[in-house]
Amino acid sequence: MQKKKLEKPFVKVVPELCKGCGICIEACPPEVLKFHDKFNTKGYHFAYYLGDDCRGCGVCFYACPEPEAIIVYKKGYEYEGEEVA
Amino acid sequence: MASKVLQKPASFYDTYERNPSTDKKMPHYCPGCGHGNVHKFIAEALDNYELADRTIFISPVGCSVFGYYYFDTGNIQAAHGRAPAVATGIKRAHPHSIVISYQGDGDLAAIGTAEILHAANRGENITVFFINNAIYGMTGGQMAPTTLETQKTTTTPTGRNARNEGYPVKVAELISQLEAPVYVERVALFDNKHRSRARMAVRKAIKNQADHLGFSLVEILSPCPSGWKMDPVDSLHWIKDVMMNQFPLGVYKDNTKEVEPYEAPKMQLSDEEIKQAIEIIPDTEKEFKKTEYAERYANPEIKVAGFGGQGVLLLGAALAQAGLLENYNVSWLPSYGPEMRGGTANCHVNVRNIPVGSPVVNDPTVLIALNRPSLEKFEPVVVKNGLIIYDTSLIDIEVQRDDVEVLAIPATEMADKLGNTRTANMIAMAAFAGYTGIFNRETLKETLKTAIKRKKLLAINEKAVDEGYEFGKSKRPS
Amino acid sequence: MSKLLMKGNDAIVRGAILAGCRIYFGYPITPASEIAESAARYMPRVGGTFLQAESEIASINMVYGAAGGGVRVMTASSGPGISLKQEGISYAAGSELPCVIVDIMRGGPGLGNIAPEQSDYNQVVKGGGHGNFKCPVLAPNSVQEMSDLTQLAFEIAEKYRTPVYVLADGYTGQMMEAVEFGEPFTNVPKQDWAVYGDAESKHNLISSIYLDPEELEEHNRKLQQKYENIKQNEVRVEEFMLDDAEYVVVGYGIVSRVLKTTVERLRSQGLKFGLLRPITLFPFPEKRIIELAKMAKKFLAVEMSNGQMVEDIRLAVNGSRPVEFYGRMGGVVPTAAELVERCQNLVKKEN
Ligand SMILES: Cc1ncc(C[n+]2csc(CCOP(=O)(O)OP(=O)(O)O)c2C)c(N)n1
Ligand code: SF4
Ligand code: SF4
Ligand code: SF4
Repeated sequence: MQKKKLEKPFVKVVPELCKGCGICIEACPPEVLKFHDKFNTKGYHFAYYLGDDCRGCGVCFYACPEPEAIIVYKKGYEYEGEEVA
Repeated sequence: MASKVLQKPASFYDTYERNPSTDKKMPHYCPGCGHGNVHKFIAEALDNYELADRTIFISPVGCSVFGYYYFDTGNIQAAHGRAPAVATGIKRAHPHSIVISYQGDGDLAAIGTAEILHAANRGENITVFFINNAIYGMTGGQMAPTTLETQKTTTTPTGRNARNEGYPVKVAELISQLEAPVYVERVALFDNKHRSRARMAVRKAIKNQADHLGFSLVEILSPCPSGWKMDPVDSLHWIKDVMMNQFPLGVYKDNTKEVEPYEAPKMQLSDEEIKQAIEIIPDTEKEFKKTEYAERYANPEIKVAGFGGQGVLLLGAALAQAGLLENYNVSWLPSYGPEMRGGTANCHVNVRNIPVGSPVVNDPTVLIALNRPSLEKFEPVVVKNGLIIYDTSLIDIEVQRDDVEVLAIPATEMADKLGNTRTANMIAMAAFAGYTGIFNRETLKETLKTAIKRKKLLAINEKAVDEGYEFGKSKRPS
Repeated sequence: MSKLLMKGNDAIVRGAILAGCRIYFGYPITPASEIAESAARYMPRVGGTFLQAESEIASINMVYGAAGGGVRVMTASSGPGISLKQEGISYAAGSELPCVIVDIMRGGPGLGNIAPEQSDYNQVVKGGGHGNFKCPVLAPNSVQEMSDLTQLAFEIAEKYRTPVYVLADGYTGQMMEAVEFGEPFTNVPKQDWAVYGDAESKHNLISSIYLDPEELEEHNRKLQQKYENIKQNEVRVEEFMLDDAEYVVVGYGIVSRVLKTTVERLRSQGLKFGLLRPITLFPFPEKRIIELAKMAKKFLAVEMSNGQMVEDIRLAVNGSRPVEFYGRMGGVVPTAAELVERCQNLVKKEN
């Protein structure tokens, strides 16, 4: 399959692995993360990406205590299919 | 090139199969718990340095007790506070491994203070991560040694009062006072800059070990929202506004530029070299024949007694060694401990044709007394028809009993004449043999090779054996 | 002369090194300190490690760490130190780690004194620390056995994945006797459960945690099965004149030597006494005692304690024969003369 190259940074929060602590939201410099109104199955308001203006700085990744709740994709990241969505 | 993606480090397990919970993907920590951040920094560092295969992670007792659910490394779970000792054990067993001791403040700074202090002081080449959250998380929010003054916990309901509970223990400061540690830093998890600093400190502490530099400890001021009964974000503010005032951040010690890497040398020995090294190859192959002697001296149970410095234990040991060389069953039992320090010493020696039962000589058949208190103490317990040998140079009384044989010998005077007072013990020993005829004179001389550690004293002790033996023999009853 | 004269404590270290042990962690205490001193002298010479720890707690936890690494490792102490080690021994038993712990018993309770007693029987044989565990216990009565049984202890430890005790007293540790040594064993096998700090072993976990009650029960059942196997296979005794014995005296360690002399003297008086000396205290020779109870009239347990092993004899005899006890405490070793008199009284009472 054809590899795609990411043209601008992207951040993904995995709703089911987020504990809704809000630390990423407080930490993100351009404030592009927010609590979702919905709960995940664990009962947490998970964080989500507003969809624009992520700088790929990685601050949220290191602020998040969870191992895989947040993934930060930087510009130029090569991916296949739907990985970055 | 820096990675284009920040995602779960490979040094974490993909799924946490060891967690009995049905959810194998989500760690057990509370929302916003700092343990998670530190875990992530560690796993990332192990990825970067490609150390996961060599790493052995020690999980403590505390909220991080299940560290082994997460790290795809070797794992050992330790008792409360003992992680640095366990780390020492495994590191000494496998020096090439990367050993991480991960501990909370109750674990490290209360129950485990001795273990951390001494592991640090030995400069064990291990890495310690110390999670200071000022509380006992796992047991439900009790006071920790690092709990701040006035801080409320379930066991300091009106706030920590220094008069009752003392002051918060400052681990980074304490450990950095020791000579051996190479790197000690206190960091905090509350904003981007400080998390970044913490991440660097974690990396450095691990790298130091891989570089064989020695002991590193990173203290991390870490949020415990549940224990503090705070919102996760508020707990970060609390670290910044309150906790940091009492726990100043910074590098407390960094010798990493100055110290030389050290690796203990390895050794490969042949079987023969091992036997030599542990000294189990007997000095002599020679066999010594038993002598003929009067039946009443057979199977002697000997008590040797005197002052500590008179070589009483050595005298007894030489008798036992002589017995061994002539193929008797022998035993030697010393008085030990403070008893010896009190100035008197005695030992029990059996030289028997049959196996030795109790090594304790309660009723000696032979008493060799080198000072007056010994004669007074043991004369009454010598068996009827037994033998008492005593040093007349130092003992100004006589044997009272008339139902025993007595050999009075001026052993110390004879030793002085020979030129070394300390040979009196060997003179007395040889006198016993000369008198009873129980050992060959050559056997006694052979025992000196084992008994006398300083070779230049060998000749004079051999002379002592000759003198003593002749003296004893001259008094031998016909 | 192929034998060497040495102290029991020194023989233990030689035996351990011959058994392939290369790590020793300890803390000084009379009358066990010579073991640490010997280890300090010899371990480095054979490329091994000696470390004087900050406490017995630390030393047993160092043993726990090294044992988790699959190497042969040991520690030694005396009563007060063994009390402190109980925590770590429980963890080692729970995590199924092989290691050897030597206890050179002294007088208790508390600081007591440094003379020989046998009052650690309960804390050593009955498992001491918390949880459903037991440790095999070997009880030497001579310097030769201090070496031989230490070597055996490493084998049993590894075979069953369990801590093993060598239990002796101050006199057996301090006395010198002749001892003969065999060839070194250097081929300590790689254990498939241990962590070596390599890719192959990295999926191994050393832990005593089983959160789920059912799982912990199963783990405990597995441990009990292991103890059952040990009971089946590892009982060791020394017997003396038991074939036609009407009276059986039972004693271990240093006491058994006095008892042997005692039995000899009683036999020369025509009194049919025999000696059963347990070499393993766990597993206890209960089967042999049940057999003996069928023919003997009476048992007499002699211990340098307030009567600890005697309870195991009574359990085995199960009321079918009288089991009497004679004990000395505080570091007094009973004499043969004293025991002969005791035994004579036993017979007199009988008639
Ligand atoms: C010998 C012993 N005493 C007490 C406990 C109970 N206990 C479990 S965790 C803990 C305190 C842990 O606190 P800390 O080390 O600060 O770690 P945290 O849970 O805060 O991460 C205590 C006292 C135990 N497991 N073992
Ligand atoms: S990568 Fe930086 S900018 Fe993007 S969401 Fe995370 S913190 Fe915000
Ligand atoms: S920091 Fe992590 S766990 Fe907390 S809200 Fe953000 S994504 Fe969720
Ligand atoms: S109690 Fe505190 S330390 Fe424990 S997991 Fe929860 S937040 Fe973390």
